[in-house]
Amino acid sequence: MATIHVKRPELTFAEKLYIPEVVKGLAVTTRQLVKNVFTRKDITTRQYPEEKRPYPDRFRGRHRLMWDDDKNVRCVACMLCSTACPANCIHIVAGDRGDDKVEKYPVSFEIDLLVCIYCGFCEEACPCDAIRMDSGKHPLPSFSRDKQRIRKVQLLEEGDFSIARRGGRGT
Amino acid sequence: MSVGELILFGIIKFIAIVFGWVMLVATVLTLMERKQSAFMQNRVGPNRAFVFGKKFPLSAFIGHLLSDALKVLVKEDFEPPRANKWLHLLGPGIAVIPAWLLWVVIPFGPGPMPGAEGDHPFLIANLNVGVLFMFAVMSLSVYGATLGAWASNSAYSLLGGLRTAAQMISYEVTLGLNLVGVFMIFGSTRLNDIIWGQGQSAWGIFLQPVGFVLFLVASIAETKRAPFDLPEAESELAAGYFTEYSSMRFAVYSLGEFIGIVAVAAVAVCCFLGGWQIPWVETPVDASGVPIYGWLTVAQIAIFLFKMVIFIWLQMQIRWTLPRFRYDQLMKLGWLYLLPLSLLNLVVTAIIMYAVR
Repeated sequence: MATIHVKRPELTFAEKLYIPEVVKGLAVTTRQLVKNVFTRKDITTRQYPEEKRPYPDRFRGRHRLMWDDDKNVRCVACMLCSTACPANCIHIVAGDRGDDKVEKYPVSFEIDLLVCIYCGFCEEACPCDAIRMDSGKHPLPSFSRDKQRIRKVQLLEEGDFSIARRGGRGT
Repeated sequence: MSVGELILFGIIKFIAIVFGWVMLVATVLTLMERKQSAFMQNRVGPNRAFVFGKKFPLSAFIGHLLSDALKVLVKEDFEPPRANKWLHLLGPGIAVIPAWLLWVVIPFGPGPMPGAEGDHPFLIANLNVGVLFMFAVMSLSVYGATLGAWASNSAYSLLGGLRTAAQMISYEVTLGLNLVGVFMIFGSTRLNDIIWGQGQSAWGIFLQPVGFVLFLVASIAETKRAPFDLPEAESELAAGYFTEYSSMRFAVYSLGEFIGIVAVAAVAVCCFLGGWQIPWVETPVDASGVPIYGWLTVAQIAIFLFKMVIFIWLQMQIRWTLPRFRYDQLMKLGWLYLLPLSLLNLVVTAIIMYAVR
């Protein structure tokens, strides 16, 4: 392969002297220094914990479980989310709801946030609009792994009423 | 005064100047530099270590200084395997002690006029060799870096140490030669006499403009700062000659460097920026040539310190503005441009002085 000869710009005499260029550079940095000390106009740093940046609407944050009309859990323990989950982080134990139309409910519903990859497949798979990832919150840091397994109660705390129709028969 | 009193007052002054002012400035500089560079680069810099709560954001300044000090004190003092134990221990000390000793000959305030008898209250030792003593001591500080680097038993350190030695020896020549012009004009190597001379004629920066620029360049190289920071070039050598140092030993090295910056600023102020002279203000003296001390003296000391801060600021600003030289460029600049230029500067100074007289 032939070598490509890049044409480099010729330096003028003033540029070769170096010192005028140094002074120019110093002028730029000094201008920024003075500006930022007195006005802070150009500073783009965000003081994170105090100054939070709003996330986009479709940000996939921590999960939450929605409520049905009686503020009970909307989930019917159909296992679609835990089946869809590529990380296998959703653990559901189903129980009998004692209702003809909706047979099952989750006795326990646990998500291991350390394992979760926040892909949003669970949300897509859910036929009942029971699990959502629109809380807009991060998984919080903690001192033990156990605290990162969030349970049904915690998931429901963030919940809300949903107007969507439950999938399947009835309702 | 007896010898004992001389020694006693010398020690008291030394402690007051070195630990009261120099170490203080050097410590504050470690934080100010980060802050200044941050503002130059549109960042905020360290502002988290609040000591009195978030209501007092400026208290973060004190907090960061304290936490820095605490950090270097409690960190593990690591010694690399197969390092030369004693040299590794001595390295930072050898680097920092010359940096302290430099302050022996720097006058912080007005002393007796040249030729007049009397003690200099703001000077630790009134040596007749003056700045030459400073250069002698300054060239010792290269041992600290090089020995520490050698003792670390690491390739990075060794390269950094070699570069330090080469660079400091090269640029010391220019540094010294540029001051010779000042010595010639004022006929003395005592900084006190030079400052008095500047009050009578003009500041050194106007008499020796080329000398000042060359001195500035050489002084930055001498303090091992960008664009001459090859001895500790972090992108190439990790941290250069103090790569293998941690905790307090590391802090001593960097403190020594910062003291060097302050010291070079002090010399520059004394030789080129009129020392403690306030422009258009004459220092009152009595018949024998000893200045009458009063409020003006306080103002003069303050202006000396102020000029030093300005010069340090300039050094920092240059350090965060320019990219690093390549090693061959550094040597070329030192030996092929700066050294001949400073020799030429000397010759021209001599010719002009002869013509004027």
